[in-house]
Amino acid sequence: MTRAVPDGLLTDLEVIRKDFPILERTLAGGQPLVYLDSANTSQKPQVVIDAMVDHLEHHNANIARAMHQLGAESTAAFEGARDKVAAFLNAPSRDEVIFTKNASEALNLVARTFPLTAGDRVVITEMEHHSNIVPWQLATERSGAELRWFGLTDDGQLDLSNIDELLTPQTKVVALTWVSNMLGTINPVAEIARRAHEVGAVVVLDASQAAPQLPVDVQAVGADFLAFTGHKVTGPTGIGVLWGRTELLDQLPPFLGGGEMIATVSMAKSTWAPIPHKFEAGTPPIVEAIGLGAALDYISHIGLERIHAHEQAITGYLLDGLASVSGVKVLGPTDPTARGGAVAFELDGVHPHDVAQLLDSRGIAVRAGHHCAKPAHKRYGVQSSTRASSYLYTTPAEIDALIDGLEHTKNYFKVG
Amino acid sequence: MDLDALYQEIILDHYRNPHHAGLREPFEAEVHHVNPTCGDEVTLRVHLDGDRVEDVSYDAEGCSISQAAASVMTDLVIGKPLADALGTQDAFLELMQGKGQVEPDEDVLEDGIAFAGVAKFPARIKCALLSWMAFKDAALQATNAAVEPADTHQGALDA
Repeated sequence: MTRAVPDGLLTDLEVIRKDFPILERTLAGGQPLVYLDSANTSQKPQVVIDAMVDHLEHHNANIARAMHQLGAESTAAFEGARDKVAAFLNAPSRDEVIFTKNASEALNLVARTFPLTAGDRVVITEMEHHSNIVPWQLATERSGAELRWFGLTDDGQLDLSNIDELLTPQTKVVALTWVSNMLGTINPVAEIARRAHEVGAVVVLDASQAAPQLPVDVQAVGADFLAFTGHKVTGPTGIGVLWGRTELLDQLPPFLGGGEMIATVSMAKSTWAPIPHKFEAGTPPIVEAIGLGAALDYISHIGLERIHAHEQAITGYLLDGLASVSGVKVLGPTDPTARGGAVAFELDGVHPHDVAQLLDSRGIAVRAGHHCAKPAHKRYGVQSSTRASSYLYTTPAEIDALIDGLEHTKNYFKVG
Repeated sequence: MDLDALYQEIILDHYRNPHHAGLREPFEAEVHHVNPTCGDEVTLRVHLDGDRVEDVSYDAEGCSISQAAASVMTDLVIGKPLADALGTQDAFLELMQGKGQVEPDEDVLEDGIAFAGVAKFPARIKCALLSWMAFKDAALQATNAAVEPADTHQGALDA
Protein backbone atom coordinates (compact mmCIF):
# COMPACT_ATOMS: atom_id res chain seq x y z
CA MET A 1 0.00 0.00 0.00
CA THR A 2 1.55 3.25 -1.07
CA ARG A 3 -0.21 6.52 -0.73
CA ALA A 4 1.28 9.79 -1.83
CA VAL A 5 2.60 11.83 1.06
CA PRO A 6 0.99 15.23 0.68
CA ASP A 7 2.69 18.59 0.58
CA GLY A 8 2.85 20.79 3.63
CA LEU A 9 4.57 18.49 6.12
CA LEU A 10 6.99 20.24 8.42
CA THR A 11 10.33 19.95 6.66
CA ASP A 12 12.17 19.59 9.98
CA LEU A 13 9.78 16.93 11.31
CA GLU A 14 12.54 14.56 12.43
CA VAL A 15 14.26 17.40 14.31
CA ILE A 16 10.98 18.43 15.92
CA ARG A 17 10.30 14.87 17.04
CA LYS A 18 13.61 14.85 18.90
CA ASP A 19 12.29 17.74 21.00
CA PHE A 20 9.71 15.38 22.53
CA PRO A 21 11.43 12.82 24.76
CA ILE A 22 8.32 10.68 25.18
CA LEU A 23 8.26 9.88 21.47
CA GLU A 24 11.40 7.77 22.04
CA ARG A 25 9.79 5.37 24.44
CA THR A 26 8.49 1.92 23.76
CA LEU A 27 5.44 0.23 25.21
CA ALA A 28 4.61 -3.34 26.26
CA GLY A 29 6.10 -5.88 23.88
CA GLY A 30 8.72 -3.41 22.69
CA GLN A 31 6.20 -1.58 20.51
CA PRO A 32 7.24 1.97 19.64
CA LEU A 33 4.75 4.62 20.72
CA VAL A 34 2.44 5.90 18.00
CA TYR A 35 0.71 8.78 19.74
CA LEU A 36 -2.50 9.76 17.97
CA ASP A 37 -4.33 11.29 20.94
CA SER A 38 -3.07 14.87 20.79
CA ALA A 39 -6.56 16.40 20.76
CA ASN A 40 -6.92 14.82 24.19
CA THR A 41 -3.57 16.13 25.39
CA SER A 42 -0.42 16.99 23.49
CA GLN A 43 3.03 15.71 24.35
CA LYS A 44 5.57 18.08 25.90
CA PRO A 45 8.85 19.24 24.37
CA GLN A 46 12.03 19.20 26.45
CA VAL A 47 12.09 23.00 26.52
CA VAL A 48 8.80 23.09 28.42
CA ILE A 49 9.92 20.41 30.86
CA ASP A 50 13.22 22.24 31.37
CA ALA A 51 11.54 25.61 31.94
CA MET A 52 9.38 24.11 34.68
CA VAL A 53 12.21 22.18 36.33
CA ASP A 54 14.49 25.23 36.18
CA HIS A 55 11.88 27.34 37.89
CA LEU A 56 11.32 24.78 40.63
CA GLU A 57 15.06 24.24 41.09
CA HIS A 58 16.20 27.86 41.04
CA HIS A 59 13.41 30.42 41.31
CA ASN A 60 10.57 28.93 43.32
CA ALA A 61 8.66 31.35 45.53
CA ASN A 62 5.11 32.60 45.78
CA ILE A 63 4.31 35.52 43.52
CA ALA A 64 3.24 39.10 44.08
CA ARG A 65 3.52 38.99 47.85
CA ALA A 66 7.02 37.70 48.64
CA MET A 67 9.34 40.62 49.46
CA HIS A 68 12.53 38.84 48.53
CA GLN A 69 14.67 38.11 45.48
CA LEU A 70 13.13 34.73 44.74
CA GLY A 71 9.69 36.28 45.00
CA ALA A 72 10.67 38.91 42.48
CA GLU A 73 12.08 36.30 40.10
CA SER A 74 9.02 34.11 40.41
CA THR A 75 6.68 37.05 39.89
CA ALA A 76 8.63 38.18 36.84
CA ALA A 77 8.50 34.68 35.34
CA PHE A 78 4.77 34.31 36.01
CA GLU A 79 3.89 37.74 34.64
CA GLY A 80 6.26 37.10 31.73
CA ALA A 81 4.11 34.11 30.87
CA ARG A 82 1.09 36.41 30.81
CA ASP A 83 2.90 38.63 28.29
CA LYS A 84 3.58 35.58 26.13
CA VAL A 85 -0.08 34.57 26.17
CA ALA A 86 -1.14 38.11 25.28
CA ALA A 87 1.26 38.13 22.32
CA PHE A 88 0.14 34.65 21.24
CA LEU A 89 -3.49 35.83 21.12
CA ASN A 90 -2.69 39.30 19.76
CA ALA A 91 -4.54 40.66 22.78
CA PRO A 92 -4.71 44.47 22.99
CA SER A 93 -3.70 44.34 26.67
CA ARG A 94 -1.83 41.86 28.84
CA ASP A 95 -4.28 42.59 31.65
CA GLU A 96 -6.99 40.87 29.61
CA VAL A 97 -5.27 37.51 30.10
CA ILE A 98 -6.61 35.59 33.09
CA PHE A 99 -4.98 32.36 34.19
CA THR A 100 -7.35 29.56 35.13
CA LYS A 101 -6.74 25.89 35.75
CA ASN A 102 -8.10 24.80 32.36
CA ALA A 103 -10.48 25.82 29.58
CA SER A 104 -13.45 24.46 31.51
CA GLU A 105 -12.76 26.83 34.39
CA ALA A 106 -12.31 29.71 31.93
CA LEU A 107 -15.71 29.00 30.34
CA ASN A 108 -17.32 28.54 33.75
CA LEU A 109 -15.90 31.88 34.85
CA VAL A 110 -17.77 33.66 32.06
CA ALA A 111 -20.96 31.61 32.41
CA ARG A 112 -20.98 32.09 36.16
CA THR A 113 -20.37 35.86 36.20
CA PHE A 114 -22.02 37.13 33.01
CA PRO A 115 -25.28 38.92 33.95
CA LEU A 116 -28.31 37.08 32.59
CA THR A 117 -31.97 37.46 33.47
CA ALA A 118 -35.26 35.91 32.44
CA GLY A 119 -36.02 36.92 28.87
CA ASP A 120 -32.37 36.79 27.83
CA ARG A 121 -31.10 34.13 25.47
CA VAL A 122 -27.84 32.19 25.26
CA VAL A 123 -26.99 30.46 21.98
CA ILE A 124 -24.52 27.56 21.81
CA THR A 125 -24.07 24.79 19.22
CA GLU A 126 -24.74 21.08 19.05
CA MET A 127 -21.06 20.35 18.43
CA GLU A 128 -19.79 21.82 21.70
CA HIS A 129 -17.61 19.95 24.14
CA HIS A 130 -19.54 19.34 27.37
CA SER A 131 -17.46 22.13 28.93
CA ASN A 132 -19.19 24.68 26.70
CA ILE A 133 -22.66 23.17 27.20
CA VAL A 134 -23.01 22.41 30.89
CA PRO A 135 -21.88 25.83 32.23
CA TRP A 136 -24.50 27.50 30.02
CA GLN A 137 -27.17 25.05 31.11
CA LEU A 138 -26.35 25.97 34.70
CA ALA A 139 -26.30 29.70 33.91
CA THR A 140 -29.63 29.69 32.11
CA GLU A 141 -31.30 27.48 34.71
CA ARG A 142 -30.08 29.83 37.43
CA SER A 143 -31.14 33.04 35.68
CA GLY A 144 -34.25 31.93 33.85
CA ALA A 145 -32.65 32.82 30.53
CA GLU A 146 -33.35 30.68 27.49
CA LEU A 147 -30.79 28.25 26.06
CA ARG A 148 -30.84 27.68 22.29
CA TRP A 149 -28.35 26.15 19.90
CA PHE A 150 -27.27 25.89 16.31
CA GLY A 151 -27.88 22.40 14.93
CA LEU A 152 -25.56 20.49 12.62
CA THR A 153 -25.79 19.59 8.96
CA ASP A 154 -25.38 16.03 7.76
CA ASP A 155 -21.84 16.82 6.58
CA GLY A 156 -20.68 18.01 9.98
CA GLN A 157 -21.03 21.78 9.63
CA LEU A 158 -22.97 24.20 11.78
CA ASP A 159 -26.48 24.63 10.39
CA LEU A 160 -26.69 28.41 10.11
CA SER A 161 -29.94 28.41 8.14
CA ASN A 162 -31.90 29.71 11.14
CA ILE A 163 -29.30 32.23 12.31
CA ASP A 164 -31.75 35.12 11.97
CA GLU A 165 -34.19 33.34 14.23
CA LEU A 166 -31.54 32.43 16.83
CA LEU A 167 -29.73 35.76 16.94
CA THR A 168 -32.19 38.37 18.13
CA PRO A 169 -31.90 41.39 20.43
CA GLN A 170 -32.76 38.96 23.24
CA THR A 171 -29.53 37.08 22.57
CA LYS A 172 -26.90 38.14 25.09
CA VAL A 173 -24.28 35.45 24.60
CA VAL A 174 -23.20 33.32 21.64
CA ALA A 175 -20.77 30.65 22.85
CA LEU A 176 -19.19 28.26 20.38
CA THR A 177 -16.17 26.21 19.60
CA TRP A 178 -13.71 27.38 16.97
CA VAL A 179 -12.67 23.84 16.04
CA SER A 180 -14.74 20.78 16.99
CA ASN A 181 -12.95 18.22 19.14
CA MET A 182 -15.06 15.45 17.64
CA LEU A 183 -15.98 16.39 14.08
CA GLY A 184 -12.85 18.43 13.41
CA THR A 185 -14.98 21.14 11.81
CA ILE A 186 -13.45 24.62 11.68
CA ASN A 187 -16.35 26.98 12.28
CA PRO A 188 -16.75 30.39 10.57
CA VAL A 189 -16.30 32.14 13.90
CA ALA A 190 -15.48 35.59 12.52
CA GLU A 191 -18.69 35.64 10.48
CA ILE A 192 -20.78 34.37 13.40
CA ALA A 193 -19.16 36.96 15.69
CA ARG A 194 -20.06 39.69 13.22
CA ARG A 195 -23.69 38.54 13.15
CA ALA A 196 -23.80 38.20 16.95
CA HIS A 197 -22.47 41.72 17.40
CA GLU A 198 -25.18 43.07 15.11
CA VAL A 199 -27.75 42.05 17.74
CA GLY A 200 -25.56 43.17 20.64
CA ALA A 201 -24.54 39.72 21.89
CA VAL A 202 -21.08 38.93 23.22
CA VAL A 203 -19.13 36.09 21.62
CA VAL A 204 -17.40 33.45 23.72
CA LEU A 205 -15.02 31.23 21.75
CA ASP A 206 -13.77 27.87 22.94
CA ALA A 207 -10.34 27.74 21.29
CA SER A 208 -9.17 24.57 23.06
CA GLN A 209 -8.72 22.76 19.74
CA ALA A 210 -7.95 25.87 17.68
CA ALA A 211 -5.07 27.30 19.72
CA PRO A 212 -2.80 24.28 19.12
CA GLN A 213 -3.14 24.35 15.35
CA LEU A 214 -4.36 27.69 14.01
CA PRO A 215 -3.05 31.25 14.30
CA VAL A 216 -5.35 32.80 16.91
CA ASP A 217 -5.94 36.54 16.75
CA VAL A 218 -8.69 37.62 19.12
CA GLN A 219 -9.00 41.01 17.44
CA ALA A 220 -9.17 39.70 13.87
CA VAL A 221 -11.79 37.12 14.76
CA GLY A 222 -13.91 39.57 16.72
CA ALA A 223 -14.12 37.57 19.96
CA ASP A 224 -15.26 39.09 23.24
CA PHE A 225 -14.05 36.16 25.33
CA LEU A 226 -11.80 33.28 24.35
CA ALA A 227 -10.76 30.22 26.33
CA PHE A 228 -8.02 27.67 25.75
CA THR A 229 -6.04 25.18 27.78
CA GLY A 230 -2.30 24.79 28.24
CA HIS A 231 -1.96 21.05 27.94
CA LYS A 232 -3.13 20.87 24.33
CA VAL A 233 -0.55 23.44 23.13
CA THR A 234 2.43 21.36 24.35
CA GLY A 235 2.20 22.97 27.81
CA PRO A 236 1.41 21.35 31.14
CA THR A 237 -1.95 20.45 32.66
CA GLY A 238 -3.38 22.64 35.41
CA ILE A 239 -3.19 25.88 33.46
CA GLY A 240 -5.77 27.45 31.17
CA VAL A 241 -6.50 30.92 29.88
CA LEU A 242 -9.50 33.16 29.66
CA TRP A 243 -8.99 36.22 27.51
CA GLY A 244 -11.69 38.89 27.59
CA ARG A 245 -12.10 42.47 26.43
CA THR A 246 -11.19 44.92 29.19
CA GLU A 247 -14.52 46.75 29.27
CA LEU A 248 -16.38 43.45 29.70
CA LEU A 249 -14.02 42.00 32.31
CA ASP A 250 -14.24 45.24 34.25
CA GLN A 251 -18.02 44.92 34.40
CA LEU A 252 -18.15 41.30 35.53
CA PRO A 253 -18.26 40.53 39.25
CA PRO A 254 -15.53 38.34 40.75
CA PHE A 255 -15.71 34.58 40.17
CA LEU A 256 -13.82 33.18 43.16
CA GLY A 257 -13.07 35.19 46.27
CA GLY A 258 -9.82 34.98 48.21
CA GLY A 259 -6.29 36.23 48.44
CA GLU A 260 -4.78 38.39 45.68
CA MET A 261 -8.12 39.28 44.08
CA ILE A 262 -8.90 42.13 46.48
CA ALA A 263 -8.02 45.79 46.79
CA THR A 264 -8.95 45.96 50.47
CA VAL A 265 -10.84 43.74 52.90
CA SER A 266 -12.71 44.72 56.01
CA MET A 267 -14.90 42.40 58.05
CA ALA A 268 -18.03 43.84 56.46
CA LYS A 269 -16.97 44.44 52.87
CA SER A 270 -14.23 44.07 50.29
CA THR A 271 -13.24 45.79 47.09
CA TRP A 272 -11.64 44.16 44.11
CA ALA A 273 -8.25 44.33 42.50
CA PRO A 274 -8.16 45.45 38.88
CA ILE A 275 -8.08 42.83 36.14
CA PRO A 276 -6.54 40.34 35.71
CA HIS A 277 -6.02 39.82 39.43
CA LYS A 278 -9.72 40.28 40.20
CA PHE A 279 -10.24 36.84 38.66
CA GLU A 280 -7.16 35.10 40.09
CA ALA A 281 -7.98 34.32 43.72
CA GLY A 282 -5.37 32.42 45.68
CA THR A 283 -1.91 31.23 44.72
CA PRO A 284 -2.11 30.46 41.01
CA PRO A 285 -0.48 27.53 39.21
CA ILE A 286 2.83 29.38 38.92
CA VAL A 287 5.13 26.80 37.39
CA GLU A 288 2.33 25.65 35.07
CA ALA A 289 1.90 29.20 33.76
CA ILE A 290 5.65 29.40 33.18
CA GLY A 291 5.49 26.05 31.37
CA LEU A 292 2.65 27.39 29.22
CA GLY A 293 4.74 30.45 28.36
CA ALA A 294 7.58 28.19 27.24
CA ALA A 295 5.15 26.08 25.20
CA LEU A 296 3.74 29.12 23.38
CA ASP A 297 7.30 30.27 22.65
CA TYR A 298 8.01 26.82 21.27
CA ILE A 299 5.04 26.52 18.90
CA SER A 300 5.30 30.20 17.90
CA HIS A 301 8.95 29.67 17.02
CA ILE A 302 7.97 26.81 14.70
CA GLY A 303 5.09 28.94 13.44
CA LEU A 304 1.36 28.38 13.68
CA GLU A 305 0.96 28.72 9.90
CA ARG A 306 3.48 25.92 9.38
CA ILE A 307 1.88 23.79 12.10
CA HIS A 308 -1.52 24.32 10.49
CA ALA A 309 -0.16 23.28 7.08
CA HIS A 310 1.37 20.17 8.68
CA GLU A 311 -1.90 19.28 10.37
CA GLN A 312 -3.78 19.67 7.11
CA ALA A 313 -1.27 17.49 5.27
CA ILE A 314 -1.33 14.75 7.91
CA THR A 315 -5.11 14.94 8.24
CA GLY A 316 -5.50 14.59 4.47
CA TYR A 317 -3.21 11.58 4.55
CA LEU A 318 -5.19 10.12 7.46
CA LEU A 319 -8.52 10.65 5.68
CA ASP A 320 -7.15 8.97 2.53
CA GLY A 321 -5.94 6.07 4.65
CA LEU A 322 -9.26 5.67 6.42
CA ALA A 323 -11.07 5.76 3.07
CA SER A 324 -9.00 2.73 2.03
CA VAL A 325 -10.30 0.62 4.95
CA SER A 326 -13.67 -0.94 4.16
CA GLY A 327 -16.18 -0.52 6.97
CA VAL A 328 -14.74 2.78 8.18
CA LYS A 329 -17.08 5.76 8.32
CA VAL A 330 -15.62 9.17 9.17
CA LEU A 331 -17.73 11.55 11.25
CA GLY A 332 -17.41 15.16 10.15
CA PRO A 333 -16.08 16.93 7.08
CA THR A 334 -13.84 14.92 4.77
CA ASP A 335 -12.11 17.93 3.20
CA PRO A 336 -8.80 18.23 5.09
CA THR A 337 -8.49 21.93 4.26
CA ALA A 338 -11.76 22.65 6.07
CA ARG A 339 -11.08 20.82 9.29
CA GLY A 340 -8.73 20.32 12.18
CA GLY A 341 -6.52 17.37 13.01
CA ALA A 342 -8.95 15.27 15.07
CA VAL A 343 -10.73 12.58 13.06
CA ALA A 344 -13.47 10.52 14.70
CA PHE A 345 -14.67 7.42 12.91
CA GLU A 346 -16.63 4.22 13.26
CA LEU A 347 -15.41 0.78 12.26
CA ASP A 348 -18.34 -1.38 11.26
CA GLY A 349 -18.82 -4.35 13.60
CA VAL A 350 -16.20 -3.38 16.19
CA HIS A 351 -16.94 -1.17 19.17
CA PRO A 352 -14.58 1.81 19.64
CA HIS A 353 -13.33 0.39 22.96
CA ASP A 354 -12.28 -2.75 21.24
CA VAL A 355 -10.69 -0.81 18.37
CA ALA A 356 -8.68 1.25 20.87
CA GLN A 357 -7.68 -1.87 22.80
CA LEU A 358 -6.41 -3.62 19.67
CA LEU A 359 -4.53 -0.51 18.55
CA ASP A 360 -3.04 -0.08 22.02
CA SER A 361 -1.65 -3.60 21.86
CA ARG A 362 0.37 -2.34 18.88
CA GLY A 363 1.51 0.79 20.69
CA ILE A 364 -1.01 3.06 18.95
CA ALA A 365 -2.76 5.49 21.32
CA VAL A 366 -6.17 6.78 20.20
CA ARG A 367 -9.27 7.85 22.10
CA ALA A 368 -12.48 5.85 22.23
CA GLY A 369 -15.79 7.03 23.62
CA HIS A 370 -17.97 10.09 23.23
CA HIS A 371 -15.05 12.55 23.60
CA CYS A 372 -17.16 14.73 25.92
CA ALA A 373 -19.42 15.49 22.96
CA LYS A 374 -22.44 13.29 23.59
CA PRO A 375 -24.96 15.57 21.83
CA ALA A 376 -22.87 15.65 18.66
CA HIS A 377 -22.62 11.86 18.68
CA LYS A 378 -26.37 11.60 19.21
CA ARG A 379 -26.96 13.97 16.29
CA TYR A 380 -25.31 11.43 14.01
CA GLY A 381 -26.94 8.42 15.67
CA VAL A 382 -23.65 7.21 17.09
CA GLN A 383 -23.12 6.12 20.68
CA SER A 384 -19.36 6.45 20.61
CA SER A 385 -16.47 6.63 18.18
CA THR A 386 -12.75 6.11 17.81
CA ARG A 387 -10.73 9.30 17.38
CA ALA A 388 -7.25 9.65 15.95
CA SER A 389 -5.71 13.07 16.39
CA SER A 390 -2.38 14.34 15.13
CA TYR A 391 -0.07 17.20 16.00
CA LEU A 392 3.12 18.83 14.84
CA TYR A 393 5.17 15.70 15.62
CA THR A 394 2.92 13.23 13.77
CA THR A 395 4.47 11.40 10.80
CA PRO A 396 2.90 9.72 7.77
CA ALA A 397 4.48 6.47 9.00
CA GLU A 398 2.40 6.73 12.17
CA ILE A 399 -0.75 7.08 10.07
CA ASP A 400 0.34 3.98 8.12
CA ALA A 401 0.68 2.14 11.44
CA LEU A 402 -2.87 3.17 12.36
CA ILE A 403 -4.30 2.01 9.05
CA ASP A 404 -2.47 -1.33 9.33
CA GLY A 405 -3.72 -1.57 12.91
CA LEU A 406 -7.32 -1.12 11.76
CA GLU A 407 -6.95 -3.93 9.22
CA HIS A 408 -5.50 -6.08 12.00
CA THR A 409 -8.44 -5.16 14.23
CA LYS A 410 -10.90 -6.27 11.57
CA ASN A 411 -9.09 -9.58 11.21
CA TYR A 412 -8.98 -10.11 14.98
CA PHE A 413 -12.71 -9.59 15.34
CA LYS A 414 -13.40 -11.37 12.06
CA VAL A 415 -15.35 -8.55 10.45
CA GLY A 416 -15.20 -7.20 6.89
CA MET B 1 0.37 -7.24 26.13
CA ASP B 2 -1.63 -10.44 25.95
CA LEU B 3 -4.76 -9.48 24.07
CA ASP B 4 -5.99 -13.06 23.92
CA ALA B 5 -6.14 -13.08 27.74
CA LEU B 6 -8.65 -10.25 27.45
CA TYR B 7 -10.56 -11.41 24.41
CA GLN B 8 -11.15 -15.05 25.37
CA GLU B 9 -13.03 -17.01 22.73
CA ILE B 10 -15.91 -17.47 25.21
CA ILE B 11 -16.21 -13.68 25.51
CA LEU B 12 -16.25 -13.17 21.76
CA ASP B 13 -18.86 -15.94 21.40
CA HIS B 14 -21.15 -14.25 23.91
CA TYR B 15 -20.53 -10.90 22.21
CA ARG B 16 -21.57 -12.23 18.81
CA ASN B 17 -24.50 -14.23 20.16
CA PRO B 18 -25.68 -12.67 23.41
CA HIS B 19 -27.99 -14.75 25.60
CA HIS B 20 -31.30 -13.44 26.99
CA ALA B 21 -30.95 -10.12 25.14
CA GLY B 22 -33.94 -7.81 24.74
CA LEU B 23 -36.42 -6.34 27.20
CA ARG B 24 -39.26 -8.57 28.40
CA GLU B 25 -42.36 -8.44 30.55
CA PRO B 26 -43.18 -8.91 33.35
CA PHE B 27 -40.69 -7.21 35.63
CA GLU B 28 -40.72 -5.62 39.05
CA ALA B 29 -37.81 -3.25 38.53
CA GLU B 30 -36.09 -1.59 35.59
CA VAL B 31 -32.83 0.35 35.84
CA HIS B 32 -30.70 2.30 33.41
CA HIS B 33 -26.97 2.35 34.07
CA VAL B 34 -24.30 4.16 32.11
CA ASN B 35 -20.55 4.23 32.11
CA PRO B 36 -20.07 8.00 31.96
CA THR B 37 -16.49 7.83 30.73
CA CYS B 38 -17.33 5.95 27.55
CA GLY B 39 -21.09 6.18 27.19
CA ASP B 40 -21.82 2.45 27.41
CA GLU B 41 -25.41 1.94 28.50
CA VAL B 42 -27.66 -0.82 29.71
CA THR B 43 -31.37 -0.88 30.46
CA LEU B 44 -32.08 -3.94 32.57
CA ARG B 45 -35.20 -5.51 34.03
CA VAL B 46 -35.52 -8.07 36.81
CA HIS B 47 -38.50 -10.33 37.34
CA LEU B 48 -38.60 -12.15 40.67
CA ASP B 49 -40.85 -15.07 41.56
CA GLY B 50 -40.73 -15.08 45.32
CA ASP B 51 -37.07 -15.45 46.17
CA ARG B 52 -36.15 -16.76 42.75
CA VAL B 53 -34.76 -14.77 39.82
CA GLU B 54 -37.34 -15.67 37.21
CA ASP B 55 -35.97 -13.48 34.39
CA VAL B 56 -33.38 -10.83 33.64
CA SER B 57 -33.82 -9.00 30.36
CA TYR B 58 -31.72 -6.17 29.00
CA ASP B 59 -30.98 -3.80 26.18
CA ALA B 60 -27.27 -2.97 26.18
CA GLU B 61 -25.08 -0.84 23.98
CA GLY B 62 -21.35 -1.11 24.40
CA CYS B 63 -18.11 -2.89 23.70
CA SER B 64 -17.50 -6.62 23.44
CA ILE B 65 -16.57 -6.90 27.11
CA SER B 66 -19.70 -5.15 28.38
CA GLN B 67 -22.00 -7.02 26.00
CA ALA B 68 -20.49 -10.41 26.78
CA ALA B 69 -20.61 -9.69 30.52
CA ALA B 70 -24.35 -9.00 30.29
CA SER B 71 -24.90 -12.25 28.42
CA VAL B 72 -22.85 -14.34 30.88
CA MET B 73 -24.48 -12.62 33.84
CA THR B 74 -27.98 -13.58 32.72
CA ASP B 75 -26.87 -17.19 32.25
CA LEU B 76 -25.57 -17.21 35.81
CA VAL B 77 -28.47 -15.58 37.64
CA ILE B 78 -31.67 -16.57 35.84
CA GLY B 79 -33.40 -19.41 37.66
CA LYS B 80 -31.31 -19.02 40.80
CA PRO B 81 -32.42 -18.08 44.30
CA LEU B 82 -31.83 -14.34 44.62
CA ALA B 83 -29.36 -14.81 47.49
CA ASP B 84 -27.24 -17.14 45.34
CA ALA B 85 -27.41 -14.72 42.39
CA LEU B 86 -26.21 -11.86 44.58
CA GLY B 87 -23.46 -14.15 45.90
CA THR B 88 -22.34 -14.77 42.33
CA GLN B 89 -22.41 -11.00 41.74
CA ASP B 90 -20.11 -10.61 44.75
CA ALA B 91 -17.74 -13.25 43.41
CA PHE B 92 -17.59 -11.55 40.01
CA LEU B 93 -17.00 -8.16 41.61
CA GLU B 94 -14.17 -9.64 43.70
CA LEU B 95 -12.62 -11.14 40.58
CA MET B 96 -12.77 -7.80 38.72
CA GLN B 97 -11.31 -5.87 41.63
CA GLY B 98 -8.59 -8.42 42.29
CA LYS B 99 -5.94 -6.89 40.00
CA GLY B 100 -5.46 -10.29 38.41
CA GLN B 101 -4.52 -11.91 41.75
CA VAL B 102 -7.87 -13.59 42.46
CA GLU B 103 -8.27 -17.21 41.35
CA PRO B 104 -11.85 -17.53 40.06
CA ASP B 105 -14.04 -20.42 41.19
CA GLU B 106 -15.40 -22.06 38.06
CA ASP B 107 -18.16 -23.78 40.03
CA VAL B 108 -19.54 -20.35 40.94
CA LEU B 109 -18.69 -18.24 37.91
CA GLU B 110 -18.81 -20.81 35.06
CA ASP B 111 -18.27 -18.85 31.78
CA GLY B 112 -17.60 -15.82 34.00
CA ILE B 113 -14.06 -17.08 34.65
CA ALA B 114 -13.24 -16.00 31.10
CA PHE B 115 -13.27 -12.43 32.44
CA ALA B 116 -10.33 -13.09 34.77
CA GLY B 117 -8.04 -11.46 32.21
CA VAL B 118 -10.14 -8.27 32.17
CA ALA B 119 -8.99 -7.53 35.72
CA LYS B 120 -5.51 -6.83 34.31
CA PHE B 121 -6.89 -4.07 32.04
CA PRO B 122 -8.02 -1.33 34.47
CA ALA B 123 -9.80 0.68 31.77
CA ARG B 124 -12.04 -2.29 30.96
CA ILE B 125 -13.15 -3.37 34.45
CA LYS B 126 -16.09 -0.95 34.40
CA CYS B 127 -17.16 -2.45 31.07
CA ALA B 128 -17.37 -5.92 32.61
CA LEU B 129 -19.15 -4.67 35.72
CA LEU B 130 -21.80 -2.45 34.07
CA SER B 131 -24.55 -5.04 33.71
CA TRP B 132 -23.65 -6.82 36.95
CA MET B 133 -24.08 -3.60 38.93
CA ALA B 134 -27.32 -2.91 37.06
CA PHE B 135 -28.57 -6.38 38.00
CA LYS B 136 -27.77 -5.86 41.67
CA ASP B 137 -29.49 -2.48 41.66
CA ALA B 138 -32.59 -3.81 39.91
CA ALA B 139 -32.77 -6.95 42.05
CA LEU B 140 -32.68 -4.91 45.27
CA GLN B 141 -35.31 -2.54 43.90
CA ALA B 142 -37.47 -5.49 42.93
CA THR B 143 -37.11 -6.87 46.46
CA ASN B 144 -38.08 -3.53 47.96
CA ALA B 145 -41.00 -3.25 45.56
CA ALA B 146 -42.25 -6.60 46.85
CA VAL B 147 -41.96 -5.44 50.47
CA GLU B 148 -43.31 -1.92 49.94
CA PRO B 149 -45.59 -2.10 46.92
CA ALA B 150 -47.09 1.32 47.64
CA ASP B 151 -43.79 3.20 47.35
CA THR B 152 -43.22 3.35 43.62
CA HIS B 153 -40.31 5.77 43.96
CA GLN B 154 -38.22 3.38 46.00
CA GLY B 155 -34.74 3.21 44.56
CA ALA B 156 -35.56 5.24 41.49
CA LEU B 157 -33.27 8.09 42.47
CA ASP B 158 -30.10 6.04 42.52
CA ALA B 159 -30.89 4.13 39.36
